[in-house]
Amino acid sequence: MQEPASSSIIRVQGLVNRFGTQVVHDGLDMEVRSNEIFGVVGGSGSGKSVLLRSILGLRRPDGGTVELYGQDMRHLSREQRSRLVRSYGVTFQNGALISSLTVAQNIQLPLREYFSMPEETLDGLAELNLALVGLPPDTARKYPAQLSGGMVKRAALARALSLEPKLLFLDEPTSGLDPISAAAFDELLLYLHSQLQLTVVMITHDLDTLFRTCNRVGVIVDHHMVTDTLEGMLRSQHPWIHEYFHGARARAAEKEVNG
Amino acid sequence: MNALALTRQGDEWHLALNGDWSLAAMATLDLELGQLNTPLSGTLVCDWSRAADPGIGPAWALLTRLGDLSADTDSSAAASSKRGLRVVHIGGPSTLEFLRKLKVERRALHAASAPPTLDSTLGGLGRWTLLQGAEVQGVVGFFGRIVVVLGEAFRRPRALRPSSLVRHVYETGITAIPIVALIAFLISVIVAYLGAQQLARFGADIFVVDLVTISVLREMGVLLTAIIVAGRSGSAFAAEIGVMQLNEETDALRAMGINPIEILVLPRILALVIALPLLTVIADAMGLAGGGLLSLLNLHISLPQFTSRMREALAPTTFWAGLIKAPVFAILIGMVGTYRGMQVRESARELGRLTTVAVVQSIFMVILADALFAVLFMQIDF
Repeated sequence: MQEPASSSIIRVQGLVNRFGTQVVHDGLDMEVRSNEIFGVVGGSGSGKSVLLRSILGLRRPDGGTVELYGQDMRHLSREQRSRLVRSYGVTFQNGALISSLTVAQNIQLPLREYFSMPEETLDGLAELNLALVGLPPDTARKYPAQLSGGMVKRAALARALSLEPKLLFLDEPTSGLDPISAAAFDELLLYLHSQLQLTVVMITHDLDTLFRTCNRVGVIVDHHMVTDTLEGMLRSQHPWIHEYFHGARARAAEKEVNG
Repeated sequence: MNALALTRQGDEWHLALNGDWSLAAMATLDLELGQLNTPLSGTLVCDWSRAADPGIGPAWALLTRLGDLSADTDSSAAASSKRGLRVVHIGGPSTLEFLRKLKVERRALHAASAPPTLDSTLGGLGRWTLLQGAEVQGVVGFFGRIVVVLGEAFRRPRALRPSSLVRHVYETGITAIPIVALIAFLISVIVAYLGAQQLARFGADIFVVDLVTISVLREMGVLLTAIIVAGRSGSAFAAEIGVMQLNEETDALRAMGINPIEILVLPRILALVIALPLLTVIADAMGLAGGGLLSLLNLHISLPQFTSRMREALAPTTFWAGLIKAPVFAILIGMVGTYRGMQVRESARELGRLTTVAVVQSIFMVILADALFAVLFMQIDF
């Protein structure tokens, strides 16, 4: 993938999404820069997942433009589109591992789809991706149903990393994890982010994760997105944002991170 | 141009990496790495300066191979001095150091990982036997729980879940009427047509009436209906309950103190026990209509002739001999479908497999039961 002229990797402009009469996004703007961890935050039903689906091209927005690496997915040929899709990795909220395949086969699925490689090579790459996310080698032979919640999240990350993307989308990567596993996942994410020079877009409700990992945060309020650094968010006068970042849970998370 | 070129320069090895070293070239790179089998020791200089677009996967494969090659020398030359391999990377991707550390960690893990378990024919046979034993136990237990719930329902009629029952009678019975009627009609036309061809040779056309009415009423009406219902409702039961299992809905019911057998299984089985005999009556009627129509058009046997011959051919018990089987088939189909649904665990594949098993087994059970009925009725002259 060519380096874009500007350092913005994702540019969403004037995004409109509605279901019937219910408006989810109304002229939402969002920009993600290269090599940052961008957190997306919002109340339940504010359209975080809809935003993600719009960016990934899984949902056709009712208005506005979405550009990845300066390309609008709607204006691409099949070939270009497939190349664009290969340039990012996605993990879904519940892992979305294919339940009839082993973890190794799940990781190898995109590799098999796009390249022709002998089995030993595929096994080597599966091992590499398991190593990257810190799962023991014997996980390769297990089925998703045999994994714990934290392992499922890591295995999903391993699959998302298998095509060596530079851009990662994570949908609530730490939801449903105990605090220790969630903290371990935060560290893993920071580690991979620094080692592999990843750009990460992360939807999360987990304030600890937000304070620990994110460089900038986009909050979806009133069908728009307000983007700022965490320090900026803490000073925000918007009632919902103020409540979100100054509630009891937020204060605890902040204290923990800032010592 | 080869992606790898290994040369000896003085007392150092020199490995030059050329061309595409991205993930896309992984297959070729792995092949070339496999062909690299010089035992290595001392110092190796790895020159990445001419490798284009180096990816993590190929770098990992290279580290793995170099590790193997130096390990080979260690084991073969264990007697001589202990020789390791020192690798110096020049111009490599920034991730190399990270991958190298990871590799060292993983090597320790691999050494510690447990060997695969014994998986012999004998072991397989043993596991299969245990599995079959558990299966029998499961079926008996399931039947027992249904009977217990049914027994409770006598004291507490609400346990029969009338609203759920009505819904399932509608779904398994009413909506099946068109397909059951059509198939019964067509099959009896086929039987009458074939029979007429053969019997006409003996001038015994009129016996087509005997053939059609007896076969439809005793066997085909109920058997066809049961097979159609097994395909439609047996699969629906298994899939519906299976998805509820996957979503932990059945566990939620149990946690609320509601017996899933009572709310999910019993209404479905009872609905089939009600619907299947009624569908059988419809299939019987349509079968007779089909036979009558073909006799009229093809053999010129008028309707009054057909009905009077029918009265002579049929014993008073013929109709009941067919109908009495319907509730038994209904219980078999309902139990197999719901049991397989309750067995679904863990994955979407299990759901598909058990739904298939439900249909195949319920059809098999219906036909087996029909054969037993045939023998029984012959013995008692029914």
